[in-house]
Amino acid sequence: MKRLVSLAILSAALACGTAHAQMTDGVIKIGVMNDMSGTYADLAGPGSVVAAQMAVEDFGAAAKGLKVEIVGADHQNKPDVGSNVVRQWIDVDKVDVIVDVPTSSVALAVNEIVRQKNKVFLISGAAASNLTGDKCAPTTVHWTYDTWALANGTGNAIVKTGGKNWFFLTADYAFGHALERDTAAVVEKNGGKVLGRVRHPFPATDFSSFLLQAQSSKAQIIGLANAGADTTTAIKQAAEFGIVRGGQNLAALLIFLTDIKALGLETAQGLVFTEAWYWDMNDANRDFAKKFSERSKGLYPSMVQAGVYSAVTHYLKAVHELKSDADGGAVVAKMKSMPTDDKLFGKGTIREDGRKIHPMYLFEVKKPSESKGPWDLYKVRATIPAEEAFRPMKDGGCSLVKG
Amino acid sequence: MFEIFGIPSQALFGQLLIGLINGSFYALLSLGLAVIFGMLNIINFAHGAQYMMGAFAAFFLLNYAGLNYWFALVLVPFMVGAFGVVIERLFLQRLYKLDHLYGLLLTFGLALIIEGVFRNNFGSSGLPYRVPPTLQGGQNLGFMFLPNYRAWVIVASLLVCISTWYVIERTRLGANLRAATENPTLVRAFGINVPRMITLTYGFGVALAAFAGVMAAPIYNVSPQMGSHLIIVVFAVVVIGGMGSILGAIVTGFGLGVIEGLTKVFFPEASNTVIFIIMAIVLLIRPAGLFGRRA
Repeated sequence: MKRLVSLAILSAALACGTAHAQMTDGVIKIGVMNDMSGTYADLAGPGSVVAAQMAVEDFGAAAKGLKVEIVGADHQNKPDVGSNVVRQWIDVDKVDVIVDVPTSSVALAVNEIVRQKNKVFLISGAAASNLTGDKCAPTTVHWTYDTWALANGTGNAIVKTGGKNWFFLTADYAFGHALERDTAAVVEKNGGKVLGRVRHPFPATDFSSFLLQAQSSKAQIIGLANAGADTTTAIKQAAEFGIVRGGQNLAALLIFLTDIKALGLETAQGLVFTEAWYWDMNDANRDFAKKFSERSKGLYPSMVQAGVYSAVTHYLKAVHELKSDADGGAVVAKMKSMPTDDKLFGKGTIREDGRKIHPMYLFEVKKPSESKGPWDLYKVRATIPAEEAFRPMKDGGCSLVKG
Repeated sequence: MFEIFGIPSQALFGQLLIGLINGSFYALLSLGLAVIFGMLNIINFAHGAQYMMGAFAAFFLLNYAGLNYWFALVLVPFMVGAFGVVIERLFLQRLYKLDHLYGLLLTFGLALIIEGVFRNNFGSSGLPYRVPPTLQGGQNLGFMFLPNYRAWVIVASLLVCISTWYVIERTRLGANLRAATENPTLVRAFGINVPRMITLTYGFGVALAAFAGVMAAPIYNVSPQMGSHLIIVVFAVVVIGGMGSILGAIVTGFGLGVIEGLTKVFFPEASNTVIFIIMAIVLLIRPAGLFGRRA
């Protein structure tokens, strides 16, 4: 029922035409591809296009003599659709950089195409930690978060407060498998046990059957290794089936701002989860969120959209210094050699394997009584420092890492 | 406690019951489709969108008019049904003489437009809707915890299904309706307003979808794509039951819910595909469907 929506948006950067002779066809063309109409459309979707536009404007591309154009497309969460779009973008439309791409199965396909074509791939939406592990590429930067970081944040916090026995409800595709694998590793490393798992189709509408299986496993913690509407439906139905009242707890391993909003605080309160960014943490974020919501029908930015902003900003810096966007490998090498610094993610670095490094945060959903507005949803429980937040480079098995 | 194929019998009973509950949604939705196809010969692809409109209408009534679930259950089918009547008057009535394909294309296009409008205005992550207070909590059946709301879903959908079947197959009104489908000219000669009857029938089919939407709001995700996730499965149900067969739609709806539920235990990865495998087999053996009459 979805359809490829290809929106071509000319950015505000209408530049003078002299200083960019080395840019391929004179323009830096940014392709934002994600789920524009399905379950992930609010957390990425058109909002990611808006975030990319804001990055281009704030960078002052026009004043610096860079001509930047942004295009968007819907991959419908299907690897074949996504691959076709990216091939056409690179071969016909001369797109220089692919941004966002939630849904790990699509991201893994795009990762290979971009590597072959030597363009640049900046991942914000996708989660599978394989993208900087066994599937790492010299043309890829994995920006916002990954399954290892989520597992490390949420898994650790829960096991340390006594949640030793786990049962997983896993979305049956690359992302769910990666999240389950990384979380199970954290649980077992801390002396916990995985009692069982069930892999559900993506997307699924009813979880009662899977929840019943989780219930009869008698596990203390039911780990939800899924995302978007799958997670919110599972949480909603777990409340209905009295899972939490029965003494079992839910661990939403990946949940976004828009999901919590959809659930409502009444149902979501008390959930503990890991994210890279939240709009209400400092003035710069709040200011960004305000401007963003004015341009996206009142939606507040998710960490994925903030990550798009931050990644595009750093990309433009690198291309501006190099004065060329032609060689994807060279652009990413430049991005890795420069420290990152932008108003949303602050100072950070990009590792050899393509992993962007910054702190992660353990959040808790507020009680309805604590919330002061429709988007006032999180409180910070803990900060996971940058050096502990992501998988050590030696454990990833990335071929780019020497030694 | 004994085991069946390595699954404790208690868990199995639970799964059977869950299958029946999901089956009641399939039955309600495929019933509406079967009524519309049987009486109007229109393949109503907008059914999923109308189901979604039902759920959203319940949300609006609660949040903007302060009317709770029970009011919604009564009012929403009329509201969305009226919308269906408008669609029938404006578009569908011009298509009855043409090939099925035109009706299918028109309703498919309408579904895309309706979904697009809702997504544009309300986003894709969904809206919160809570189980009504009187139906919160649940019963411990020994082999499983049955939420009161789910029990209500089975009862309500069985009631609606059986009464619909009764009206169409066993009353004078239903007889007129069936006669009008067979031979509209003759029925008109008896002084019955056939076009109005057809319009109301479409409105009723749409109202059934909206009713299912209200039933779904407290337990599923109220989002613009909720209908499109379900509609393909529901079409498979209708095809297996036999296009246009009321009884077929009801029985297959519940039956396939149970089969899907069991698949979720034994081979969860295949639970989205099992219905289509059954559809392929049924079409090979009985091309008109299990309850269909050969044309």
